[in-house]
Amino acid sequence: MASAALQLGHGTGADAARAEVDAYFAALQQKSLLRFLTCGSVDDGKSTLVGRLLYDAHLLLEDQLSALEKESAKAGNAGGEIDFSLLVDGLAAEREQGITIDVAYRFFATDRRKFIIADTPGHEQYTRNMATGASTADLAIILIDARKGVLPQTRRHSFLVHLLGIRHVVVAVNKMDLVDYDRAVFDRIVADYRTLADAVGIAEFTAIPVAAKGGDNVAARSEAMPWYGGPALLDHLETVPLDAAGAGIAPFRMAVQWVNRPDQDFRGYAGTVASGRVRAGDIVAILPSGRTTRIERIVTAAGDLAEAVAGQAVTLTLADEVDCSRGDMIAAAGAATVAGALDARLVWMAEEKLEPHRAYWLKTGAQTVSATITVGAVIDIHGGADKAGPQLALNDIGKVRIALDRRIAATGYADNRALGGFILIDKATHATVAAGMIGGFPSAGALDAHVERIFWVAGEARAEALRARFAAQGRAAFILTEAALRDGLCSDLGTGDTAELTRRAAEVARLMSATGVTIIAAVPIAKGVAIPGSLVGFDAAGEALGDEWVI
Amino acid sequence: MSARPMTHLEQLEAESIHIMREVVAETERPVMLYSIGKDSAVMLHLAKKAFFPAPPPFPLLHVDTTWKFRAMYDLREKAAREAGMALLVHRNPEAERQGINPFDHGPLHTDMWKTEGLKQALDLYGFDAAFGGARRDEEKSRAKERIFSFRSASHRWDPKNQRPELWNLYNARKAKGESIRIFPLSNWTELDIWQYIYAEQIEIVPLYLAAPRPTVERNGTLLMVDDDRFPLLPGEVPVARSIRFRTLGCYPLTGAVESEAATLPEIIQEMLVATTSERQGRVIDHDGAASMERKKQEGYF
Ligand SMILES: Nc1nc2c(ncn2[C@@H]2O[C@H](COP(=O)(O)OP(=O)(O)O)[C@@H](O)[C@H]2O)c(=O)[nH]1
Repeated sequence: MASAALQLGHGTGADAARAEVDAYFAALQQKSLLRFLTCGSVDDGKSTLVGRLLYDAHLLLEDQLSALEKESAKAGNAGGEIDFSLLVDGLAAEREQGITIDVAYRFFATDRRKFIIADTPGHEQYTRNMATGASTADLAIILIDARKGVLPQTRRHSFLVHLLGIRHVVVAVNKMDLVDYDRAVFDRIVADYRTLADAVGIAEFTAIPVAAKGGDNVAARSEAMPWYGGPALLDHLETVPLDAAGAGIAPFRMAVQWVNRPDQDFRGYAGTVASGRVRAGDIVAILPSGRTTRIERIVTAAGDLAEAVAGQAVTLTLADEVDCSRGDMIAAAGAATVAGALDARLVWMAEEKLEPHRAYWLKTGAQTVSATITVGAVIDIHGGADKAGPQLALNDIGKVRIALDRRIAATGYADNRALGGFILIDKATHATVAAGMIGGFPSAGALDAHVERIFWVAGEARAEALRARFAAQGRAAFILTEAALRDGLCSDLGTGDTAELTRRAAEVARLMSATGVTIIAAVPIAKGVAIPGSLVGFDAAGEALGDEWVI
Repeated sequence: MSARPMTHLEQLEAESIHIMREVVAETERPVMLYSIGKDSAVMLHLAKKAFFPAPPPFPLLHVDTTWKFRAMYDLREKAAREAGMALLVHRNPEAERQGINPFDHGPLHTDMWKTEGLKQALDLYGFDAAFGGARRDEEKSRAKERIFSFRSASHRWDPKNQRPELWNLYNARKAKGESIRIFPLSNWTELDIWQYIYAEQIEIVPLYLAAPRPTVERNGTLLMVDDDRFPLLPGEVPVARSIRFRTLGCYPLTGAVESEAATLPEIIQEMLVATTSERQGRVIDHDGAASMERKKQEGYF
């Protein structure tokens, strides 16, 4: 457990140093990276536990230790002993308040792994920070104060850990010293937690009794709890299997971040492989267009690669001159869905509430599109019944349906965390207002609440006929024609620019339908543009049917 | 599967490259702040990798104080040339006119040359995004710094108004006049940096390696007499000591450590058994734990 640093320093001189460092780095090369999250309520001992891990991993340097001793004496809240929690406090303003109010990242390494800790606050209103820390974590440590047992907040933390797709859960029952290291207390808490885990969907967890302050079962097994047969916390963190190998099973997917064109002869697509593996010669699809081509080269500064796997940042060249730009996805056949609408879970992160008919920017992978959100339900994470929308407030979690202004390549969050997650951005303030996890893809026609008020009709004659039919039912309808749009709103567009015309028509229809008006859009539907509502007089491929009088 | 899993260093490299590509795709006029230190050297190396075979599509900016070590100026030109990038050097004309220096002006030196100089340069060229080499492990208040850090039109950093960063999705949208500081090395530690420099054979300023150099000791800090602008106190005589630097800034503000480590492996070996943390060498940090944060709010990088 001790840092390999301690085994160094025997040799002297350049050659000895080189040999030692080479050996040390060879060992380091085998090291993997584990990102984990700590969550608990205020005063459960998170800061103490993290400080203790840093201390026990010999990460603290002499001057940090002496500063810590001084600060401990000054703060005076650990009775003359070292207060490890002081190690992990940060911003001055927060320190004055005495609580941690954001995500802080800490680093330490042992002989087996490098660790990045996302330290997030326990206060109930800070769901947003926990979701942030959890989004990149492989493992979560959920702290429970042995004297208090499972609390409503424990459920909240566990729910979020599950929602954000963290597969490894550790339940650290802390302050065992204050319950006389009593096995019965621990067993009761574990049983309570199992009930909770079942309810929120966590299938597996590892429970460890600890006393962060004294270091019991933190870096080494505690003599005070001989009844506990499992590993110490650090041991578990060092050995829990990581699923980097998952790269072997998942299909290849990569979002194109940047098109690299230094000159006429080179055109490369730069991105990070999100899943699977890719080899030169592989047949791939460019999404959303669906064109297929072959991988020609995998270019890196260190030379071409024969193969790249999930996590690697690469530049791909393609065998054919296909259209491919930032935001597109290069993927194995069938590896992603092309959709104009999404079903998702949303964590609302802004003070300002979600406005159902307002459009937000949605960023997923390397693409940013305009999105409108319909809240199906607000989830009660304490296990009560879901509430109805239509709004989401700060720290609410909603089940939502999202209509996009165009079709994009996307993946479910359960399939891939890197591509299945998205953020929503306020178009006016540019703030990141929500984080979402794609759950599924609603079929066209079930798009959103406006469907039954928007009709895309092929040809103005059909439009008139439909309006007459609605009038007979006593329902007023408005016909949106291409000519009317071209006169005003779209006067800046050329005749070839039907994609933009369709997009604007769709936005106008959406806005008007939100006020309760029925819209009959007699506007051409450009390929690839997602439109709300239902089609009249078109075939399944969106081509106008020959017979004008099908209605 | 046959391919081995990525090592932690490969993961850090990929993450930094991903960040740089996002910035280039989503901002109008990015620039890389280049301070000539080891972190800058790694950041520049990563930029070359991120955009290969193209040169990094942004210039390097050195906010100069005129008080850097001479060896740093030497490497600066060479590094830019080899990367095929334009090198912009900005010196605050007001500081130059007033002859602001670290000996006579204390904190004002950092404030005018660096803080003000950086703001001036960004405004002058209209850069809306600036890469910086800061790491979260350097100092406590940095642990909570985002990778994308937003600054108002007056370059102020508002700790309450930063954006949550989820997955690897960065929101680079901003209002006109606002700018972003981006820290692609956020998740690297000092050891990661050294290990990477060693593995990738990245050129660094020779001052990181021990050699006999003229020094004086003041308030327990070893300072190098790098040129004849160094005002010696009565009775003070420079002494040759074998020293090296763990961090490089303005020479009168940067403390050296006595060391015999003249090669990279020896440095790393010393570092692994080190008992003092990196920033102790910077005289600037000695004024209180919360000072870095205050500087950040004022716009110091
Ligand atoms: N007796 C005892 N006290 C602890 C233990 N862990 C933490 N504490 C104390 O609990 C209080 C809150 O700890 P802290 O780490 O600041 O909690 P946080 O708010 O979750 O970060 C402090 O006074 C700690 O000293 C433990 O294992 N045993």
